[in-house]
Amino acid sequence: MKAAAFAYARATSVVNALELLAAHGDKAKVLSGGQSLMPAMNLRLISPDILVDIGGLAELRGIAVRAGVLIVGALTRHVDLLRSPEIALYAPLLRDAVAHVAHPAIRNRGTIGGSLAHADPASELPACVVALDAMIVVRGPSGERRIAATEFFKGIYETALSPDELLVAIEVPVAGQGSTFFFQEYARRHGDYAVVGLAARAVVAAGRFTDLRLGFFAIGDRPMLAAAAGRLINASVTSALLAEAATALADELDPQEDQQATAAMRRHLATVLLRRCVAALLARPDLEAGVAR
Amino acid sequence: MTVTRAPAETLSVLDRSNSYIGKTVPRPNLDRLLQGRGQYVSDLELPRMAHVVFLRSPYAHARIVAIDADAARRMSGVIAIVTGRELEAVITPWVGVLSHLKGLKSAPQHAIAVDRACWQGEAVAAIVATSRAAAEDAMEHVVVDYEELETVTDMRTALDPATPVIHSALGDNLAFERTLNAGDVDQALSDSEVVEADFVFGRHTGVTLEPRAVVADWNAAEARLTIYQGTQAPHMVQNIAALHLGLREAQVRVVCKDVGGSFGIKVHIYADEMATYALSKLLRRPIKFVADRVESFNTDIHARDHRCRGRIGVKPDGTITAFEIDDLTGIGPYSMYPRTSAIEANQVVNLVGGPYVTANYRARARVVFQNKNVMCQYRAVGHPIACSVTEGLVDLAAAKIGMDPVEIRRRNLIPDDAYPCASPSGMKFEQLSHHASLAKLLQMMDYDALRAEQAALRARNIHRGIGIASFIEVTNPSAAFYGVGGAKISSQDGVAVRLDAQGSVICQTSITEQGQGSESLTAQIVGSVLGVSMDRVRVTLGDTDNTPYGGGTWASRGAGIGGEAALQAAKALRQNILDVAAAILQSTPAGLDIVNNSIVNAVDGAPRIELNELARIVYFRPDTLPPGVQPELMATRHFVPRQYPFAFTNGVQASWLEVDTETGFVTLLKHWVVEDCGTIINPQLVDEQIRGGVVQGLGAALFEKCIYDERGQLTNANMADYLVPMSGEMPDIEIGHVVSPTQETELGAKGAGEAGTAGAAAAVANAVNDALRPFGATITEIPLTPQVILTALGRI
Repeated sequence: MKAAAFAYARATSVVNALELLAAHGDKAKVLSGGQSLMPAMNLRLISPDILVDIGGLAELRGIAVRAGVLIVGALTRHVDLLRSPEIALYAPLLRDAVAHVAHPAIRNRGTIGGSLAHADPASELPACVVALDAMIVVRGPSGERRIAATEFFKGIYETALSPDELLVAIEVPVAGQGSTFFFQEYARRHGDYAVVGLAARAVVAAGRFTDLRLGFFAIGDRPMLAAAAGRLINASVTSALLAEAATALADELDPQEDQQATAAMRRHLATVLLRRCVAALLARPDLEAGVAR
Repeated sequence: MTVTRAPAETLSVLDRSNSYIGKTVPRPNLDRLLQGRGQYVSDLELPRMAHVVFLRSPYAHARIVAIDADAARRMSGVIAIVTGRELEAVITPWVGVLSHLKGLKSAPQHAIAVDRACWQGEAVAAIVATSRAAAEDAMEHVVVDYEELETVTDMRTALDPATPVIHSALGDNLAFERTLNAGDVDQALSDSEVVEADFVFGRHTGVTLEPRAVVADWNAAEARLTIYQGTQAPHMVQNIAALHLGLREAQVRVVCKDVGGSFGIKVHIYADEMATYALSKLLRRPIKFVADRVESFNTDIHARDHRCRGRIGVKPDGTITAFEIDDLTGIGPYSMYPRTSAIEANQVVNLVGGPYVTANYRARARVVFQNKNVMCQYRAVGHPIACSVTEGLVDLAAAKIGMDPVEIRRRNLIPDDAYPCASPSGMKFEQLSHHASLAKLLQMMDYDALRAEQAALRARNIHRGIGIASFIEVTNPSAAFYGVGGAKISSQDGVAVRLDAQGSVICQTSITEQGQGSESLTAQIVGSVLGVSMDRVRVTLGDTDNTPYGGGTWASRGAGIGGEAALQAAKALRQNILDVAAAILQSTPAGLDIVNNSIVNAVDGAPRIELNELARIVYFRPDTLPPGVQPELMATRHFVPRQYPFAFTNGVQASWLEVDTETGFVTLLKHWVVEDCGTIINPQLVDEQIRGGVVQGLGAALFEKCIYDERGQLTNANMADYLVPMSGEMPDIEIGHVVSPTQETELGAKGAGEAGTAGAAAAVANAVNDALRPFGATITEIPLTPQVILTALGRI
């Protein structure tokens, strides 16, 4: 279990990193926290010719708030998301989600940019940025562009990022009045990839949802914003309505089967999550048991 | 702790005032390990050492048509590429059978596959290079032309006439079959309520933190092979390596210092390890093999892949009238060498029903070949199967007649005053304590309060369960385990102790240390018996050149057998020291004692002469000793159990858990174990043995499974997909003891290494079924995954 030989370049600036990526194209891999890349290389699942290490680019690190937008640098580590007061205040969903990401040793090195660019459909942060309606900021030879999180994820380990582009930041609209969040995942063990997970952002007023974004993950080839949420917005949520939404959710999901769960089990767990999420967000414990057969 | 027997009439060496026996004392090797000064084979570097990696078959069953290594041979750093055919010149094949397992058959197995690979992961070529990375690079350029053959994967159809026979010379895929018929099962069942269930056990493995590791160093000048290996049985490795390399045992030295976990995984002889010895001899230089994690999953022995149909008969008053089992297990393409892969099924037959009085017992066990990784003995061999089947059936019987699971056990467990006695399968029990253990367990867990809590929570739609599992445990095996079947695996152990010139003690023992505390318990016993403080006792183990001959550490034998040898050796040395002291002091040996490193008067404890002064006189001024006195400040003793084939122990476990009936996820809330391992030498070490064992049992219950597809591909051979139990999911594990020392030894210690693993899964399965009782669901399959539970609940 030793990686095949590879060249290594430590980028001195974003411009330098982009030059290196331009020179090597898809034969290069960007090294950020290395928590997915290194195991894959050691297993020889991938053998890049060169690693472009962006770990030294201080300009990609850090969390700031500007004009109602929370800007998270791509190199921000999971542990920083967990401890940041700005994240706790403006996007607590990220903090709640990161607690489920692997273990402290991995959270100390893994980065949000790395996680999003890697685009593992079972990982937490892609679903969070989808639920939060975030923008992914990428820089390439022709400058900077912003991609909506909902458009960023294209498939298993596939994103809208091209090989000569670098993910530099994530922009999250700050949580407004009445914003509330829910994060839960079912994993076999603490820190494992989820069997099914849900990252949700809602705006609740007078016991009703005025907005509800449900980002399911580990239920397909990319995080999925559930259309079924629409049935619960601006409506009086009853057990019957919730059951209807659960059925709609089960219909719109097309989950994969793997060693942890069949497609039927993933559908089932997604509906349980929906029910528990809505009950929690509306503070209505009655709804949780409501749909049980 | 509860002591079941009155203290002996006379004080034994264990009752000495300065005894370390029964005390939690720090392990002497702790600082060394914590400061990173452990001597693990994985870390070993020798001059001119080369690294071997094995090209392994990607197919479960394939003919090797051709191997083209020309391009790879020319690569930088490559020393040699060796095929099975080429290695045959150096090492002979073997067949993993033993004569006491009647009818057991297997085929010759080669160090590297010759002509045919029989499981995905079997080595087909060795690539030797200056580094592991260089060897892996070259491996990618070795081209093997395979002709894929039909695979046998499902044990249920392995014996069907339509299924291909893996080894045609054997005639069929049946490796071993054993039947047993005691009492009158048919009569007993015809008069009883009968409950029947199919118990299914996932194939899993041991997952040691340090993988299997070996450095073989053939010294052509001395015509001697030194094998550095993480093993549990150095003398067994010595014997087997010599046998197959055409050497005398004296030409092989096996050195085994620190081992990063073993659990029975490292008590076997693996083909790739044999290949490494042979490569060293062939290439005349040190060769290192360290399995990587993927190789570990594909080649470390697997265990437990059983399907067992069980039946129990019960009367309305709770009397259990009979047990019947039909067990089937698939062991891969070869019976493992030299302990064989029939032992687990054999143990299942031996142990089912063991805690109970019923004399009616019928069993059949069949062991079949298949194209999967080899299976063999892993911690608590056969126990978890036997315990899960027995205790699962007992709970089903209790449910059938509406009796509390504790009550049915009270009515059927062998009474504590019924010993010695024997089980229907012929197992001899010297002294067990099922009832005392159960009583202690119920008190520790506050059973009645827990039942009340369960009922209250059920009303709130929270589903918790209590599971109980009594068990018996095989420890201190005599020659009956392997020796009688012709295996050159020693069941005796030896210890040599000597006083050095400054009054410290050097102790050499044939048992080995893999983390369970062999070094500590040996030092505790020797220090206690001699009257020497532990910091003056240095223990050497794991070196066939420098220890007495013996079995090593496996099957819960280190403390009971090696410990008794240490006790007897220390007693002999003590007598020799007192003889010299009496001569020096013009006293009598009986009038003297050794306390705190000094000779004292036996009567009043008054100090007479320090041990270092005695040693100075003996070694440097023997001229001052009276004529005719020849001190012997070294003594050696060996021990093997003769009276009982095994020192059976017993215990009982309980699990308290919650099932989320919407998601199928189980949360373990608490686990209790009461165990009776006789004399406890170091309570902390015993408790941690049991806790570690429980965790491995909980892994089997909820998480661990080697998942094969229908073509014999292991699909989860990595630490992300193969789920080992982790601390986050583990409950607090509370341990209690009942103490029934064995009378066969002065030490009275029995083993404790299997206990935790033996009963943990049974307790959890019973607890899950207890939690699911309102839903009418019963599950007799492990691991109890959310998928299994949701399916049983009809949710999906």
